[in-house]
Amino acid sequence: MNDTATIIPMTESGAEAGFDVKRLRADFPILDQEVYGKPLVYLDNAASAQKPRAVIDAMSGVAETCYSNVHRGVHRLSQLATDAFEGARRKTARFINAKSDNEIIFTRGATEAINLVAASYGRTFLKAGDEIILSHMEHHSNIVPWQMLRAEKGIEIKVVPIDDDGNFEMAAFLDLLSAKTKLVAVTHISNALGSVVPVKQVIEAAHDRGALVLIDGCQAVPHMSVDVQDLDADFYAFSGHKLYGPTGIGVLYGKEDVLNGMPPYQGGGEMIASVSFEKTTFKKAPHRFEAGTPAIIEAIGLGAAIDYISGVGFAGIAAHERDLLTYATERLREFNDIRLIGTAREKAGIVSFVMDGVHAHDVGTIVDREGIAIRVGHHCAEPVMQRYGVTATARASFGLYNTRAEVDKFVDALQSVKELFG
Amino acid sequence: MIADDLRDLYQEVILDHGKNPRNFRHPEDVNRFAVGNNPMCGDRLTVFLKVDDAGIIQDVAFEGAGCAISVASASMMTQILKGKTAEQAEKIFENFHAMCTEDDREMIHEEGIDPDDIDRLKVLSGVKGFPIRVKCATLAWHTMQAAMKGEQEISTE
Repeated sequence: MNDTATIIPMTESGAEAGFDVKRLRADFPILDQEVYGKPLVYLDNAASAQKPRAVIDAMSGVAETCYSNVHRGVHRLSQLATDAFEGARRKTARFINAKSDNEIIFTRGATEAINLVAASYGRTFLKAGDEIILSHMEHHSNIVPWQMLRAEKGIEIKVVPIDDDGNFEMAAFLDLLSAKTKLVAVTHISNALGSVVPVKQVIEAAHDRGALVLIDGCQAVPHMSVDVQDLDADFYAFSGHKLYGPTGIGVLYGKEDVLNGMPPYQGGGEMIASVSFEKTTFKKAPHRFEAGTPAIIEAIGLGAAIDYISGVGFAGIAAHERDLLTYATERLREFNDIRLIGTAREKAGIVSFVMDGVHAHDVGTIVDREGIAIRVGHHCAEPVMQRYGVTATARASFGLYNTRAEVDKFVDALQSVKELFG
Repeated sequence: MIADDLRDLYQEVILDHGKNPRNFRHPEDVNRFAVGNNPMCGDRLTVFLKVDDAGIIQDVAFEGAGCAISVASASMMTQILKGKTAEQAEKIFENFHAMCTEDDREMIHEEGIDPDDIDRLKVLSGVKGFPIRVKCATLAWHTMQAAMKGEQEISTE
């Protein structure tokens, strides 16, 4: 599935032995409900994933037992809260195999993580004429910060094309790389297409030309094991809420020496070593980049989500989601009026499509009445829509708790769309 | 089994206008136009108007891409507004907007406006049950209003 994931042979039922989706579903309280009188089928995981009981309990547990501000108090609760908060950082570091906990910066989300790099690294080290390379399938959050930097510094933005199936065009990327390239910022997995980008190869080639690489890993970390040291990524950004964790928390991984060479992103409490009106000195990473009181409860919730997903195991998750993707793709191909957008060689559990004569928004409304939650629109990736000549797609994206039976319900609902639109 | 509220939203008339929109063209001699965006779903419509010196809408047309609801509403709007004054257009929109958003509110007949024109819009009342789709139904109207005011780009976000 990617550079690092292990592919496990599937059993006849499509799932890896030991992966019990029925048991896992029971871990997610929200799934046990009806929407418009129909059992909820949640297929909008690429937008945000649901939370297991373990995450909900960890967050309310902190609030009920040991909540306090962190890194500040001498009192008992502050010590407990700090231990829990820093414990979440340690779990996050292990989760992506960072060399040190100091390489994990907590942010509000992946968007802030990318903006941090653009504002701190970009504004300090990039100058007019320098080039940044993006891919055509970036989320707006990995386009707009660089355009803002371009407006300020006069840098150039180059875009790696994608082919008709949604594959990252490696040869074109290699052609774009030059001595002018200072940074490559690409997604690991496209949120709109599901395409997996061969990021290890991208990073190796970029490093050969002396450029740093930022990977947007939002869609990757919930679905496959990521090893930032093996990838040799300089920056790796992801959000908590797509990883079955809370909103308001995200992660920027950065190599320690790179981070310590960067100026602070915001000023305030927590990030300083000492302050006087004449001179202020800053702490090292990660605290240098965490001005103000952080999202304490959310960080601990993210730690619990990481424990949960690690407990389930990526071998099982990857095999299960691959089975759902294969099955859903087969079933959608039964429709002669559905065009799949995104059929890359390597894909994550995302199916994006358009239906002849029916706008995606209408598809979304009709399947919603069957209790099925999907995303319709441009998925914050308008350049992808332009690439395929569509204004919007309907997208079903799978999580570890989805089932083949839910795919069947989705396909039945699409039959209703056809029936209604004739 | 398709739910009744869906049948109500996607009535034959709406599906017909959605598939075969009327006045779907770019007239050459327009003197007002505006682009309407619904960023949430990517709908984008351009409304063209030709308003004479007396303030009467001589021609109204639109182009663009959108869902069945936004295209049908735009299509019906172009049929209704032709020959109306700017004030009448504004009144019909207010009337229509209230029907889409307020509980138990239907289209209300108004003096000087053909009741048939008012009644035609009742077919879109199904959006009441789908609050998120109200923006679709009103996109073309907001765009028409912006064009009348001389604003060339609006967003319904």
